Parts: sequence; structure tokens; C-alpha cells
Amino acid sequence: MTSPPGAHLPEHPDFLWDNPEPKSSYDVVVVGGGGHGIATAYYLAKVHGITNVAVLEKGWLAGGNMARNTTIIRSNYLWDESSGIYEHSLKLWEGLEDDLGYPILFDQRGVLNLAHSLQDVRDSVRRVNANRLNGIDAEWVDPAGVKEICPIVNTSPDVRHPVLGATYQPRAGIAKHDYVAWGYARAAHALGVDLIQNCEVTGLETVQGRITAVETSRGRIAAGKVALCAAGHSSVLAKMVGLRLPIASHPLQALVSELLEPVHPTVVMSNAVHVYVSQAHKGELVMGAGIDSYNGYGQRGSFHIIEQQMAAALELFPVFARAHLLRTWAGIVDVSPDASPIVGLTPVGGLYLNCGWGTGGFKATPGVGDCFAHTIAHDKPHPFNEPFTLERFTTGALVDEHGAAAVAH
Amino acid sequence: MQLIPCPWCGPREEAEFHYGGQAHVAYPGDPSALSDEEWARYVFFRENPSGPFAERWSHNAGCRRWFNAVRDTRTHDLLAVYRVGEPMPEVTA
Repeated sequence: MTSPPGAHLPEHPDFLWDNPEPKSSYDVVVVGGGGHGIATAYYLAKVHGITNVAVLEKGWLAGGNMARNTTIIRSNYLWDESSGIYEHSLKLWEGLEDDLGYPILFDQRGVLNLAHSLQDVRDSVRRVNANRLNGIDAEWVDPAGVKEICPIVNTSPDVRHPVLGATYQPRAGIAKHDYVAWGYARAAHALGVDLIQNCEVTGLETVQGRITAVETSRGRIAAGKVALCAAGHSSVLAKMVGLRLPIASHPLQALVSELLEPVHPTVVMSNAVHVYVSQAHKGELVMGAGIDSYNGYGQRGSFHIIEQQMAAALELFPVFARAHLLRTWAGIVDVSPDASPIVGLTPVGGLYLNCGWGTGGFKATPGVGDCFAHTIAHDKPHPFNEPFTLERFTTGALVDEHGAAAVAH
Repeated sequence: MQLIPCPWCGPREEAEFHYGGQAHVAYPGDPSALSDEEWARYVFFRENPSGPFAERWSHNAGCRRWFNAVRDTRTHDLLAVYRVGEPMPEVTA
């Protein structure tokens, strides 16, 4: 008698987290099981001792933008407000592997943000100076310096968008996005957080201006507090309590090449030609594009965006000409008017908002998880997210990061 | 590539068009009477539905005229196109 197929294989390893049935009530319900949602739950449990927490995810854990970003981590933003939260995040990244007890392949290989015009050069030098005043590592490098850091960049002066120099942040880098999510999920689960997949929130219940429960595809769940971490779907959720948000949901596309030998030692981003490139640990070239112009929830974008992105990549990296495209995809990003996030309280008691990270939420995962958990636990913003209120669009206290964020978070 | 049916030129490739965001957002009738809150609504807040959305497009590389469309943001299907000044047609998603 022969044994069934696969009988010789070892037992399935232990799962990193359970799939519990939702309880009827939680102290805190986090809506959205992406990086931000899971990290928020982790810090709620770890830092604030709030462990009766559920993370509700309508699909599978970390299968939205957390699975679709280009994993770039940096903190070289212009304004003090942004420096605060992004640098806080970068510092947490630097200790995250030890904190979670899980490998995340965090690799500080540096980031070059290229300048292609006189205005780019001036803006970049200003940003370097602003970063240094805020204690963030940053330097201006000339084209020869760019070539030294990343030899495959085409720095010849006779191209459509010549490289006139770049800002360089040595502490920037990449991490393995899936491992980050799994590490947070495993650690949150160990602290007692319920991670509930295939559970879509269909309604938010309020009584006298205070949140009391969420309606879901798996029944009603009472909640002392509700925290929204739904990125591109934030507008849909907020509308359930009549709250309008100043964000637009757009497709953002990225792609990878087939696996190649190591050729690209750092991260290169170019706002002018709309591409950003790094090489993943296992060898794919990872390239991100600019957002598709139209609103969209379909997790796919238009082909001509990819075409433009490839044209830009080939001009910057002629060596890529023979590389084959392996796959393309899109995520739904929540773009705010000033390219800065919205993190804080809402007019509804016990309802907290974290959205508007647009194309750059991945790098903020530890920082916003920590600050948002603080905001929820204390019903008061953490100092690092205090500037990022919803009210700033009325008061005019915007944090304009289009220069540092632009196409390429 | 997606074809967009310009109401003057007929279907053309998407790359010929420029997106203009939400349609039917009127400039305030009496701007000086607006509160900060109302200005914020006008300047920064737009509908962002998952489903049919009335929006503006410009046929930049063609007739260069603006028009309105109702598009399902989940599927990107264009449910209707209509000229500026015409009312939004009834659509079923």
C-alpha cells in the first residue's frame, strides 16, 4: 500500500497567530489588519497594557498595501512635524527586530533622492539643511558622489533629465514587508490580541455621539473604542458615521523584475521622472510608479503609467534594458491634500482616525503604531501626531510635504 | 488600454485624457460669506466613493474640451459620459 502524496513531508510548522472567532465585545477594535492596524494593536498591548483588543481585517492579514508597497524606509522630510514622526519611526525600525524577536531583514542601505533641475537642487539642499537641523542624517552629493554610491545610475549629462546631484540619507533602507507584518502579528497575538480575518466592517454604531459597536460580516461586535487603520478605504468607513475626509483613493502601481544578481546597492528615487528602485534581498528589482490620476478602489491601474515608469527607469539605469518584468500590481492609497497623514481624534467619541499616508505609509508602520496606540489609550494625541489633525484643513495649519513625498514616498 | 468615450470625439485611448476630479463642485455663490469650515469643505473635501462617481475629464490630446463622466471606481467602468451643463444621467452600477 502506498502512502498518500506528501506523507513524507514534515508537520506544518506552528502558525504565528490563531484565527479566533470574534468575541461579542472588546475594549478596542482596530479596523484594518495591515501594518498600521497590527502595529497599533501590538503597542496598545505592549506599552499600554490594553490586551482586550481585536484587529478586524476584511481580507487576509497584511494583504492590502502592506503586501503591495516598495518597502522603502526613510525620514528625510522637510518640516519639523514630519521629521518628528518619521524619525521616531526610523528609530523604532532600528530596534524592531529585537523588539519583536522576529527577523524583518531591515537593511540600512541608504537612499538617494535625485535632483534633475536647478529647482530640484535648491529644494534638495534646503531639505538636507532642514534634516540636519532636526538631527536627521542627510547629505548633498554631486553626480560623481551619486556614481560612487550607486555605480549603475546613468549620470551622463546628455539625457533628458540629467542627474545634477542627490540627497543621501545613509540610515534609510528597506525591510521585508511580509516579515514585518508577521512579526507584529505574532507578537500581538502572544500578548492576547485577537487577529480576525475575513471580517468586514459594514457599519459603525454610535449612541449620543459616542462609538459603541461595529457591525461586521461576522456579526455585531461591541467596542469601547474603535480605531480606523483602513488606508484607501478610510473614506468609506468614515462615511458610516457621517464623517467626511479630505482624502482621495487612488491606485498606486509597482512591479518587480525577475531575480537578478546583486547590481543595485542602495535605494534610488526620482520625483522628476516618477520612479523609485531598489533590489530586494532575493534579487528582484522593485520599482514603484506615481499614482494613477483617477480615483479607484479596484487595486489595478493603467498600463501607460507602467510604460512611463519603465521609460524613466531605463533612462536612469540603462543596465536594466535586458531585465524582464515578472509581475505588476496596484494598491489603493489614501492621498491627502498636503501629502501628510491624518492621525488623531474625530468628532465621534471613542473613534480614532489614522489615514492619509498616501504613497508612504510603510515606513511609518512602527512610528504610527506607537503614536496611534498612545492616542487611543489616552484619548489624546501623542506629541508626534498632534500636528496631523483633521482640523488642520480648516485652520490652515497644513504640513506640506509634496516636495519630500511627491511621487515617491 | 482603457477607452474613454469622449462625448464629442467618441472612444479614444485613456492616455489622451486628463483627469479633473469630482464633477459638479460649484464655486461658492458668495465667497466672502463663507466660514473657515465652509472654505475647507470647498477647497479640500471631495466625495471619495467606492462605486459610481461623477467626475470631470478633459480630452487633452483631442478636442481639448472638458466633459463629465460617471465611472464606477471599483471596476473603472464608464457608466455614462455627458457634456458640461447637462445633468448627471441616472446610472445603475
